[in-house]
Amino acid sequence: MSDQIKQAIQEYATRLGDDSVVLGHRISEWVSYGPFLEEDIAYGNVSLDYIGRARMFYTYAAELADDGRDEDDFAYMRNDREYRNLLLMELPKGDFAYSQVRQLFADVYYTLMLPELLQSKDETLSAIAAKAIKETKYHLRRSRDWVLRLGDGTEESHKRTQKALDQLWGYTHELFDMDETEQLLADAGIGVDVSRLRDSWLKMVSDILTEATLTVPEDSWAVRGGRVGYHTENLGHMLTEMQIVHRSHPGCKW
Amino acid sequence: MTTSQEENFMRKISAEEKIEPKDWMPDAYRKNLIRQISQHAHSEVIGMQPEGNWLTRAPSLRRKAILLSKIQDEAGHGLYLYSACETLGISRSEMIEQLQSGAAKYSSIFNYPTLTWADVGAIGWLVDGAAIVNQVSLQRTSYGPYSRGMIRICKEESFHQRQGYEAMLALAKGSEGQKAMAQDALDRFYWPALMMFGPHDSESAHSQKSMEWKIKRETNDDLRQKFVDQTVKQIEVLGLEHPDKNITWNDERGHYDSSDLNWDEFWSVINGNGHCNRQRIEHHLAAHEEGEWVRDAITAYNEKKRAKKAQHAA
Ligand SMILES: [Fe+2]
Ligand SMILES: [Fe+2]
Ligand SMILES: [Fe+2]
Repeated sequence: MSDQIKQAIQEYATRLGDDSVVLGHRISEWVSYGPFLEEDIAYGNVSLDYIGRARMFYTYAAELADDGRDEDDFAYMRNDREYRNLLLMELPKGDFAYSQVRQLFADVYYTLMLPELLQSKDETLSAIAAKAIKETKYHLRRSRDWVLRLGDGTEESHKRTQKALDQLWGYTHELFDMDETEQLLADAGIGVDVSRLRDSWLKMVSDILTEATLTVPEDSWAVRGGRVGYHTENLGHMLTEMQIVHRSHPGCKW
Repeated sequence: MTTSQEENFMRKISAEEKIEPKDWMPDAYRKNLIRQISQHAHSEVIGMQPEGNWLTRAPSLRRKAILLSKIQDEAGHGLYLYSACETLGISRSEMIEQLQSGAAKYSSIFNYPTLTWADVGAIGWLVDGAAIVNQVSLQRTSYGPYSRGMIRICKEESFHQRQGYEAMLALAKGSEGQKAMAQDALDRFYWPALMMFGPHDSESAHSQKSMEWKIKRETNDDLRQKFVDQTVKQIEVLGLEHPDKNITWNDERGHYDSSDLNWDEFWSVINGNGHCNRQRIEHHLAAHEEGEWVRDAITAYNEKKRAKKAQHAA
C-alpha cells in the first residue's frame, strides 16, 4: 500500500469514526428521557451500535497511524476543529420528531453506503461494514416506523415532524459530497463514492415521507463544512462534556 | 374467602410450591406483592438517572459502551418486573402514576447524587452488589412470576457488579487523583448501600407477614450482615480504606461487627427529603409529559390503520 493511500485510509477511518461517535453520543442523550421505557431501551441499543462502530474505525485509524495513539486518543484528545464528522450528526437531539427524522436520514444513508463499503478492497473496512449492515437494518426499520407514525399520527406530531424535516434538510446535501481524499479511495476501490448515492437516498426518503403524509422539502439551502472541521456551534459543547473527565486526568487508564 | 382456599394457599406456601397468577391468594398477599414488585420495578427505572448522569462524560469509549449496556439492562429489568406485577391485576400506567404521585416508593439509594465518574463504579459494585444479595434470596420467593424474574435478573446483576468492581479497581490502581476519586465514592456510597436492606427487623413494617408468606426469605439484618461480610475483603483488594472505622471480625458470631447506621438520615430520605428525591421524580414526570404527544401519535396512527383495515374488509 502506498503511503498516500495509507494516509487517506487513516483519514477516512477517522471521519467515519467521528460520524459514529458523535451520532452515538447524541442518541445516548435520550436515555431516561424517552416517551416510554421501551424507547429508552431502543435508544440505548442504537447508541451502543454507533459507539461500537466508532471504536472499530478509530482502532483501525490508530493502527494505521502507528504513533502510539489508541481509540480514546482519537475520541477524547482531538478538538472540535480537528473533528471531521458530518454536521447532521452533531446537531442537538431536539424533540423526539427531530431525533427520529435525523435518524431516518442517517439510516437510509447507511443502508446505501454500507453495502458499498462491504465491497471495499480494504479488508478491515469491509469487515466493519459487514457488522454495521446488520445493525442498520434494525435502525432503519425503527426510524421508518417512527416517521410514519409521527407524520400520520396527530396534528401536533405531524407539525413537529414536518418542522424537523424543514430544519434538517439543508444538512443532508453534505452527506453526498466528495473531496480529493475520498475520490482517491473511491478510485482505488477502497472507499465509497457517496456522490452516486444521492438519487437513491432521495427516492427512499421521499417514498417514506410521502407515505407519512409529509412534504419533501425543497433543495433551497445547504450547509457544509464537517469534513474540513468547519462545524456548527454545537460540537464544541458536546465535546467539552464528552472529554472533560478523560482530559482532567492526563495519561490515565480507565 | 373460604377456609379451604386459605388452607390450600398456606399448604402450598409451606410445601414450597409456587403461587401462580391464576391461583387464589389472600388480598393482603396480593397487595404486599404489588407493593414490593412495583417498588423493585420503579427502582430499576429511577436508577437509570444517576448512572445516566455519566453517560455523556464516560472517560473512555469502552466504559461508555459498558455503561450504556448496563443502563439498558436495568431498563429491561424494569420492563420485566412491570410485567410480573401486571399478573397481579395492576396496569403499568397505574404503577407509574403511583410512582409519580409518591404513593409508590423506589430504592432510596437512587436519591443520592452521582458526583464523580467513580460513583458509576461504586454503584455497580456496591449497589448492584447489595441488590444481588437481596435478590438471590428472592429467587426462592413464593410468587412464581417474581421468583422466575429474579433468577433471570440476578445473572445480569452479577455481571454489573463485576464490571463496577473492575471500574473501581482501575481507579484504585491508577493515579493519585483517580484513587482519591475511588475512595470518595466508596465513602459516600457504602452507608446508603447498607441502608438498601431496609430498617432493622424490629422496625420493619412489612417484614413479619412477608416472611410468613415467604415473599421474603431472609430478614433485613441477616442480608445486611452478608453484604457487610463480603465487602470487607473487596475493599482490601482495592487497597482502599474501609469507611467503617469500627469494623472488626467477631470470632464468636462468625461475622464482622460494624457501626450502626444513621437511621435519621435513612428515614429522612425515605420520607422524600434526600438530596435528589424531588429531582428524580421531576425528571421522570418531565420525560413522561414531554412524551405525551408521541404516545398520542401512536394511538392516532393505530386508530387510522384499524379504520382503514375495517373499510377494506367491509
Ligand atoms: Fe437491575
Ligand atoms: Fe435490581
Ligand atoms: Fe444492575
